[in-house]
Amino acid sequence: MPGHVFHPGHSELHGVTVVVETNGPLTYVGRYDSEDEKGVHMLDVGVHDRTSGGSKDEYVSKSARFGIRSDHKHLVVPAGQVVRITKLGSMT
Amino acid sequence: MPYNPTLVAPMRTEMTRMGAAELTSAADVDAALGDQKGSMLVFVNSVCGCAAGNARPALALALGHSVLPQQVVTVFAGQDLDAVARARQYFGEYQPSSPSMALLRDGEVVHFVHRHQIEGRSPQAIAADLTAAFDRFFGAPVA
Repeated sequence: MPGHVFHPGHSELHGVTVVVETNGPLTYVGRYDSEDEKGVHMLDVGVHDRTSGGSKDEYVSKSARFGIRSDHKHLVVPAGQVVRITKLGSMT
Repeated sequence: MPYNPTLVAPMRTEMTRMGAAELTSAADVDAALGDQKGSMLVFVNSVCGCAAGNARPALALALGHSVLPQQVVTVFAGQDLDAVARARQYFGEYQPSSPSMALLRDGEVVHFVHRHQIEGRSPQAIAADLTAAFDRFFGAPVA
């Protein structure tokens, strides 16, 4: 059921695997949990740092194909850094 | 910590009713996947209602297809921890997610359905992708 919110009281994205792009060098891929004044709370998160080499698109593409190599069990992306949140499933 | 067995019992039954063999220990997994021959689907079950709640019916639909894996087995993430950890060792470079499905031929993963390919999709749409993979990887070779 596309668009169905399974967990009442949560965001439509709760539990969904997303790509969080930021205004800095980091891109995050993982499960969206919630969002508050601190930022976007994510679970089982992989992080791409464009200053470390490799393109963001390659990283996202590899995550879509092989899954997410989790670097963090829980991570908060600061609210002021979030530029875009996209479902990983819609990028493949 | 594993979930309450009473809570997950219907999710296990949903799998066994469609003919999946439950692997609940690392030894079970080794017996099924070690030196695996032919075609097999491994379903990594999950309590997550928003994803697994569509993945299980999707598999049930796909198992009505004309081309099928020779074996269907299942492990339960968050429940049978050793079995899941061992199964993932057979998945090579594919990272853990649940629910998920691995299609194997002669011990090699030939196709993997990740959680993000299940989320928010109908059982019919997921089943269509699965049956296409069955045809591609388990169908008779074209002469």
